[in-house]
Amino acid sequence: MSYETLALAAAFIVLGPLVGGLLAGIDRRLTARMQSRQGPPILQPFYDVLKLFEKDTTIVTSLQTLYVWCFLFFMVISGVILYLGGDLLISLFALTVSGIFLVLTAESTNSPYSKIGSARELVLMMAYEPMLIMVPLGFFLVAGSFRAADIAAGDPSQVIQLLGVLIGFLFILTIKLRKSPFDLSSSHHGHQELVKGLTTDITGSDLALVEIGHWYENVILLGWLYLFFAPLGVLWALPIALVLFFAEVLVDNTNARLKWGTTVKASWWVAGLFGVTNLLVLPFI
Amino acid sequence: MSFLKKSPWILHYAATSCNGCDIEVLACLTPLYDVERFGIINTGNPKHADILMVTGSVNEESRKVLENLYAQMPDPKAVIAIGACALSGGIFRDAYNVYAGIDQVIPVDVYVPGCAARPESIIDGVVQALGILEERGKQRKRQRKVALS
Amino acid sequence: MLLIAFLIGFPALVALAVAVAPTADLRSQLVRWSAVALAVGSAVLAAAYFRSEPLYFSVGEGLRQLLDLAFMIGGLVVAAVLLFSCRRVKGKEWAIPALIVLQTSLILVAELGPAHPVVENPFYVDGFSLLMVLIIGLVGGLITLYAIRYMRDYHAHANGVADRQPAFFAVVFLFFTAMFGIVLTNHITGLFFFWEITTFCSFWLISYSGTDEAIRNGYRALALNLIGGVCFAAGIVWMTYSPDLRTWELDTLIASGGAVALIPAALIAVAGLTKAAQMPFHSWLLGAMVAPTPVSALLHSSTMVKAGVFILVKLAPVFHGTVPGLLLALIGGVTFLATSLIAINQRNAKLVLAYSTIANLGLIVMCAGVGTTATLWAAILLILFHAVAKALLFLSVGSTEHLIGSRDIEDMEGLVYRQPILAMTLMVGMLGMFLAPFGMLISKYTCFKAFLTVDVFPGGGVLLLVILAFGSAPTLFFWTKWMGKLVAMPRREQPRIGAVPGEESFALLVLTAATYISCVLFPVVDWAFIQPFTHDLMMSGLIPVGDDSTPWETVLMMTLMLGGLFLLPLLFWLRPPKFTPISGYLSGANVAGSASYRGAMGAEREVAARGYYLTTLIDEQRLTRQGVLAAGALTIAMLAGTLA
Ligand code: SF4
Repeated sequence: MSYETLALAAAFIVLGPLVGGLLAGIDRRLTARMQSRQGPPILQPFYDVLKLFEKDTTIVTSLQTLYVWCFLFFMVISGVILYLGGDLLISLFALTVSGIFLVLTAESTNSPYSKIGSARELVLMMAYEPMLIMVPLGFFLVAGSFRAADIAAGDPSQVIQLLGVLIGFLFILTIKLRKSPFDLSSSHHGHQELVKGLTTDITGSDLALVEIGHWYENVILLGWLYLFFAPLGVLWALPIALVLFFAEVLVDNTNARLKWGTTVKASWWVAGLFGVTNLLVLPFI
Repeated sequence: MSFLKKSPWILHYAATSCNGCDIEVLACLTPLYDVERFGIINTGNPKHADILMVTGSVNEESRKVLENLYAQMPDPKAVIAIGACALSGGIFRDAYNVYAGIDQVIPVDVYVPGCAARPESIIDGVVQALGILEERGKQRKRQRKVALS
Repeated sequence: MLLIAFLIGFPALVALAVAVAPTADLRSQLVRWSAVALAVGSAVLAAAYFRSEPLYFSVGEGLRQLLDLAFMIGGLVVAAVLLFSCRRVKGKEWAIPALIVLQTSLILVAELGPAHPVVENPFYVDGFSLLMVLIIGLVGGLITLYAIRYMRDYHAHANGVADRQPAFFAVVFLFFTAMFGIVLTNHITGLFFFWEITTFCSFWLISYSGTDEAIRNGYRALALNLIGGVCFAAGIVWMTYSPDLRTWELDTLIASGGAVALIPAALIAVAGLTKAAQMPFHSWLLGAMVAPTPVSALLHSSTMVKAGVFILVKLAPVFHGTVPGLLLALIGGVTFLATSLIAINQRNAKLVLAYSTIANLGLIVMCAGVGTTATLWAAILLILFHAVAKALLFLSVGSTEHLIGSRDIEDMEGLVYRQPILAMTLMVGMLGMFLAPFGMLISKYTCFKAFLTVDVFPGGGVLLLVILAFGSAPTLFFWTKWMGKLVAMPRREQPRIGAVPGEESFALLVLTAATYISCVLFPVVDWAFIQPFTHDLMMSGLIPVGDDSTPWETVLMMTLMLGGLFLLPLLFWLRPPKFTPISGYLSGANVAGSASYRGAMGAEREVAARGYYLTTLIDEQRLTRQGVLAAGALTIAMLAGTLA
């Protein structure tokens, strides 16, 4: 832990939402362009969240607010660990806890749309968790440490060595970013069968907090993606990570939603085919 | 400055419309009109919506739903009635089973006439509603302050 | 030494006293204070040998022969009692008496052999056994306290079940004797004797209610555990007659290492696997859930099944770095993966707990099979955390069942509003089972680290890692689903349910606190119990020298998370946000303020939303079959591997 990483972690807490919001804005703009629309201003996500703070908050049960706080808290912790250059596995655990609390938020309302959303979110978590765990494991086998700082200072060839893991990670990134074909639990498009899924009964400031949490999450995921390329130096790594990140938008716009069974099977197959194989052959590369 | 104006999320409810107006409402979202330019999003969820757009005339069945949706929208909120049916019952006005206009059921802020209402005028209606929304937002803020102190 | 004698002997005496206590009241008092005495006794023992090197206690010549004789006669008595209990066997269960006879003859072959090995030090303590004593004494004591009231309610609820409470508590205390014996004796036939007593206790308590189902399940447990017993006895025979390794002492067995001790160790390991309900023997633990809940908590999650993994962890130095060791780890892995997945299918709360117990024991077996410093560390912590959290969960489910009359997860909807204390204890138990920053996750974290460095044969470590990764995901699913049910808003006014009886809630609250505290204080546990144990093994060169300390940064982050989990609810409780309550979104068709909606023809219908059990994805039967086949093949391979 150096001053540099401390500064990075502090920057994450403060600037995380800003970067995340911008990413979301660019995402929406890109999507619009792909649909030959002009699209909203880049800052639109910020307007949305600030508006939500101006709105009244309604609740089904007061407990849901508590769970939203916990969701945000653990999300921030996860990011802080990552940007402190800390242990990736612990960061992942915190991310999982955070996800669980979001599920509990939806479950606590016990309304059918939220419930479908939360049940599907759980299925998705089960789908991506193995692959997500394999990412730090792969890094450990290559860099000899779970610590993000050590991984970033690793060998530039690590991305080649971990190509399978990277492919697997990109696959589940689609799930984590709630993009089609895996937007089973909460779609960006509210006017459909599951309404807003997970967030259906979250309103006002609670919804704003969830949104901010997602921004943090996107920055964390971007950080993970960045780690693959980090040894190449920031000038290479950041653009590559960003390009791959936004490639998800293309996937989003060119795919229809899958069923949960297919999603789980597909993710586990990918985790098995790319992740496990990669880990197994690592000693020989 | 109020951000309500910059990000009005919309709930669209067809009370018993002939779907003519609905098609026009949805046309606003197409690349041709692209209301997302203004941050307008069509949510399917009253709990996230700021503006309720109602098309068609209300009857006894849809009245309960309409009231319910309106009640579930968190303040500040605004209502736009779209199309002749929603305004006054339209061509169904004299039918025994419809209300003559949705304003007999919930308070309406903006009336967008037409059969069907044109996308341009719908967008125009939304813009007018924004002003009302902003005003309500300020009011609400004051109320909250009073409630706190 | 006196303390050890007290811990082993006192419960046996209490068992007698309880069995003949004249009134129910007197019996309750006796049980209560004896449980306290056991808890105190175990704490005193732990304090007396705090951070001590492993200590071995020798006894005089006369006493030694007396012990040998006592263990032999005791063994015969247990065999006789077991044979007598076989009077109601049906169909294929005829194998049970055959197994009993086989096992008894094997052990007699060893015991009556010409000049069997001499046991210099029949008893011992080390860090690990001290921790086990503490778990048995404290967690077991709490469960016993809980059982007093529970059993009274149990008989009030279950009509037609003969009230055999005196015998029930007598068997429970007999079981304490056996458990303390298992973790404190170095005498291998003594160990076997105590082992068989636990088998008997488990069998008797499972069949307690006397229904046909209970009796059949009891026999199943007996049969599977006897398979283990036969292997154990075969191991002892080997140790009596083998030219390379002639000993009846556990520590000598362990110290002889993988070269000569592998065969008896593998045989004893099979006994460990059966007791720890690992695939292919796991089915008895599922059947055991018919027993009254405190029994499930005490025998089938917190202590007795832990005896199985206890022996495996003890034997870990023998297995370390060998192929059979890796196969052992894989048996645990297969069990962990399969049962975690199957648990998703279950609606019955006790079955979820049973499957998750099997899965966690599988995880511990994985650690034991690998047998490095770090995995032993993880295994021992897993034993501790699991004992506390699972006891808490079982007892909470027991109380819930008595209050709401069902153990179906779906019926626990909205428990947070109906019985907040129980919901809280359940939630803490579940958090303790699978979520950061609680104990199980700390251990899992260490497992990941430790498995990465396994290099018995190429890919072995990765295989274990992958199993761990794929097995953790379903764990997350079924716990969260259950938690979701607990916190869900009840869909209609639920009948208010009564309070948890005093003694029960005492046990629950203490265990809840223990779940929290054990994960704050795990470095202390490490320092006080685990380090002396692993240090000694490292010193004697049985396991490679490794670093099992947790980086302070990790501890800091874990503490931060724990703090958050504590402070956020506190903050919420102190300054609850004032938001307007409103009913859930039901497409605008809500019937005012409720979770009902107007359906077709204006009929009012209640919303129904059930949890996902993923039966289309996971087929319990098929998965069980595959798991049993795979684990069975691995077990045979493990035994065969020792011969190679
Ligand atoms: S106003 Fe005209 S187009 Fe609109 S709903 Fe009524 S009849 Fe249809």
